[in-house]
Amino acid sequence: MAGLRKRTPIKDQQAESALFLRRALLSLALILLVFGVLLGRFFELMVLRHDEYAARSERNRVKLQPLPPARGLILDRHGEILADNRLAYRLEVVPERTADLAATLDELAQVIAFDADERSRFLELVAARRRFQSLPLKLRLSEAEVARFALERYRFPGVDVVPYLTRHYPQGELFAHVVGYVGRIDPADLGGLDARRYAGTTHVGKTGIERTYEDALHGEVGYEKVETNAEGRVLRVLERTPPRAGEAVYLAIDAGLQRATAAAMAGQTGAAVAIDPASGEILAFVSLPSYDANLFVSGISRRDYQALLEAPGRPLFNRALQGGYEPGSTLKPFMALAGLELGVRSVDYTIVSTGEFRIPGQDIGFRDWRRGGHGRVDLVESLAQSVNSYYYQLALDLGIDRMHGYLSRFGFGAPTGVDLAGEAAGILPSREWKRARFNQPWYPGETVIAGIGQGYNVATLLQLASATAAIAAGGRRFRPRLAHALRASFDVPPRPLPPELLDPRLVRDPAHLALVQRGLVAVMHSPTGTARAVAAGAAYRIAGKTGTAQRVSRRRDTDAPQTLREGQRNQALFIGYAPAEAPTIAIAVVVEQGGSGSQAAAPVARRILDAWLGAGESGEGSADEGGRQEDRSGTGDRGLGRIDSALRQPETIEGPGEMSGAAEHPANAPQPPVPSPAPAPTELPAPGPAPPMQTQAPRERMP
Amino acid sequence: MTLESRLRWWLQRALQTFAPTAVDLPLLLALLALSGLSLAVVWSAGGQDPDMVWKQAARFGLGFVLLAVCMRIPPGTWRRWTPWFYALCLLLLLAVLLLGEGKGAQRWLNLGFLRFQPSELCKLGLPMMLAWHFHERVLPPSPSALFTALVLIALPAALIVVQPDLGTAVLVVGSGLFVIFLAGLSWWWIAGIGALAGASLPVLWQFMHDYQKQRVYQFLAPDSDPLGSGWQTIQSKIAVGSGGWSGKGWTHGTQSQLEFLPERHTDFVLAVYSEEFGWIGVALLMLVYAFVVGRALWIAANARDGYSRLLGGAIAMTFFVYVFVNSAMITGLMPVKGVPLPLISYGGTSAVSLLVAFGILMSIHAHRRA
Repeated sequence: MAGLRKRTPIKDQQAESALFLRRALLSLALILLVFGVLLGRFFELMVLRHDEYAARSERNRVKLQPLPPARGLILDRHGEILADNRLAYRLEVVPERTADLAATLDELAQVIAFDADERSRFLELVAARRRFQSLPLKLRLSEAEVARFALERYRFPGVDVVPYLTRHYPQGELFAHVVGYVGRIDPADLGGLDARRYAGTTHVGKTGIERTYEDALHGEVGYEKVETNAEGRVLRVLERTPPRAGEAVYLAIDAGLQRATAAAMAGQTGAAVAIDPASGEILAFVSLPSYDANLFVSGISRRDYQALLEAPGRPLFNRALQGGYEPGSTLKPFMALAGLELGVRSVDYTIVSTGEFRIPGQDIGFRDWRRGGHGRVDLVESLAQSVNSYYYQLALDLGIDRMHGYLSRFGFGAPTGVDLAGEAAGILPSREWKRARFNQPWYPGETVIAGIGQGYNVATLLQLASATAAIAAGGRRFRPRLAHALRASFDVPPRPLPPELLDPRLVRDPAHLALVQRGLVAVMHSPTGTARAVAAGAAYRIAGKTGTAQRVSRRRDTDAPQTLREGQRNQALFIGYAPAEAPTIAIAVVVEQGGSGSQAAAPVARRILDAWLGAGESGEGSADEGGRQEDRSGTGDRGLGRIDSALRQPETIEGPGEMSGAAEHPANAPQPPVPSPAPAPTELPAPGPAPPMQTQAPRERMP
Repeated sequence: MTLESRLRWWLQRALQTFAPTAVDLPLLLALLALSGLSLAVVWSAGGQDPDMVWKQAARFGLGFVLLAVCMRIPPGTWRRWTPWFYALCLLLLLAVLLLGEGKGAQRWLNLGFLRFQPSELCKLGLPMMLAWHFHERVLPPSPSALFTALVLIALPAALIVVQPDLGTAVLVVGSGLFVIFLAGLSWWWIAGIGALAGASLPVLWQFMHDYQKQRVYQFLAPDSDPLGSGWQTIQSKIAVGSGGWSGKGWTHGTQSQLEFLPERHTDFVLAVYSEEFGWIGVALLMLVYAFVVGRALWIAANARDGYSRLLGGAIAMTFFVYVFVNSAMITGLMPVKGVPLPLISYGGTSAVSLLVAFGILMSIHAHRRA
């Protein structure tokens, strides 16, 4: 620098000071301006946009926490508990608060055992939810586990034992097919549920009453306004709207009768439904084998589920609701009513049963179950002895269209609309149905066998019970229903659900109904009645009808029909009601692989009716009557031998071409010695007074 | 004998040096007010932890003791020590690079009895060095003097950038530039340097760390990742905005008490204060800050020599920049960077070094022009 020499003289303190002052003042002005801008910014946030940020602060601070309502109880008609809620403990983990989730789980496994299934399910949850949410790892801790964890808790930050209410089915297997079960809400359920209402709810009804009455059982969700910190930890409750517990559902079922019904089945595979004819209310609803619904509440393990699926008798299958059975002879009372009501039969009409029936102009032979026939029979006797010929002719006279029209009024061929999901519709064949299903015309031979409930006919046990109840109730048919009443709380009385009358007048002429009812009583109490042995000694009079058929859903059977003894292939059916004069109960029973209706199903029915009406041994009246009727009808068929189907084979006609579906409809099949779907006996007469039935069992079957 | 006479000589010297001087009472009161406020806010923001308040009080105690000591050291002595101090700063910065600690970036030096950030010292050391540099030179500075000044700035700045601590580096560079500005750098030069800085921004971007880029992104669009990097800004704005006119009341700020606010007792302490004391409280605080800055500039303008003027002015401006950057960050006007609110935020290095700076300012005031 040139001025190095005279640096000091040149440095002008005054000028520099003035220069500094200018710069300092300029700086100060700028600084004050910036302070102004800052204050303006603060003003913008704190005053102009205060409402917005105040609201956001409030949202930060206050969270609406759903309070799931307690699920409504399910009780029987007398208040016996079928489903309730129990206090249980579950292990919950907040992933964010664990230092190392995997290590924590490993360590935790040494304190509380949980399997790989639970671990993987939990990790799926972790992946799907926010890290600060508390997620269940293991449900239903035992008391020992809760105590053990309490001691080790300090080692596990972010892990906690949380109390909750879990669904419990104290009756175990007895009501599984009625009450159903709840299960964890899965993605498939979410679409149909109101997300607001189900906030906080973990379980939803999956089957049975739990599913049908989900809306009432669930209750109304409550809310808690809580102050939380940034971690989501609740600090205090600001406001609380309590949840409203779900309504209790009273079933029409009588738990005592349900137990008696299950006991009456004596471990056999099958189903039974009992209905109150006066209201359509279901008094007992049993499908065996059953399963323990409690298994499903906490999430059934894959192994257990597989075991249930593969268990013999398929316990998960609801036979009473979904099982389709060939109604066989149990359809005859309804056919008889159809004949009378549609003017095709008069009260005193009789036919002569020769043992074989032919459609005029055709060679096909249809048989009575008794070789040589039943002789001349009227309507009552046709029911008592289950005379096929009567109904062959009747079916032809009615024609399939009118049969379909009248029988459908009893509910055949369509779901009854019971308050359970998944009901089977059954099949009530008609021309239209066959064309739609097979694209084939209807043949007269099919009308004939349809007349005895075979061929394409498929009925559910519920349909049979409901139709029987209609006969018992003088032609009034109600929709079958399991629920009897709803009760909002125990402070208010139950609110009964009104019965739903589907058809007030199924029968125009009471005399027609009386005649059929007489026929049904004759089945049980006349000396010719096919089930007379079963009614012996009853303190009340029973009206009923037996039937023997083959299970329609054979395809799913693991055992091929050929490998079974004939008796095992049969479905034994019974429908009936009692007391015959003033019915309080109508029932339908099926025993699978149970031999004949009178042998296997009717005794079960008797035990059920005894349980409902009181057993009593003073069966004098019926015994007397039985004796009288025996005389009157003069049954001499005691020595009746088995129909040897092999001998009959030449006469057997497979029928027109459409009958080639015999394998599907074994009832139509001939009785060949070898061909597979060997038809089974449908009826057993009760020949003679109190005969040992096993030895008597003749086989009734068409060719 | 010799020891006694030497001791006597030192005592005489010390008595001359530390002669009782007139304290600038208004500035001292303002600083005490800020310190007291700091304790109150730390009590609230720290979740009513007495430990924290005591620690902070102890730091202020140390700070004010150092202030009292520093104000008794005449500016001339400060000026003589300046090159050594500057060298010490550079040395410590090098030490940080070699043996420093801190999460992600090395900023802290652990001396066993205390940990501190040497970069904080530079905020004082660099303006002192520049003031020393310009003290004997003709002002406005010549190009060669300017060049030397820029080198003096670049040395510590580079060492801080590689820590890496871009925020502090910018502040350190700023404190240096203020000295150059106050030294009277001609407007042409200022315009030229400004243009150069603008042009170098894209180049700088290339050398930025990912987390620094992240902060810029987040500043440009804070709502894009409300739970991630934008969380702090959003929660801070919510805290400030929900304060309203008069605030939610001391220790009643939900954003801070419920721990929604991050770094609530350190860098985001102003958000806590705003939430609890409202706009009125903020305005009062800003008034105090503006007073401190204005008073510091006034003291600088009345200083006896060029060194004192430039140093005093730089202290005032740096102090203001702290306030501005922190407030702008709190209110979402600037990206989040680790700049504490001067004298309010919890933390030792910043408070103590600031009080030391104000001690020097007091010394300048005591030796003002007659």
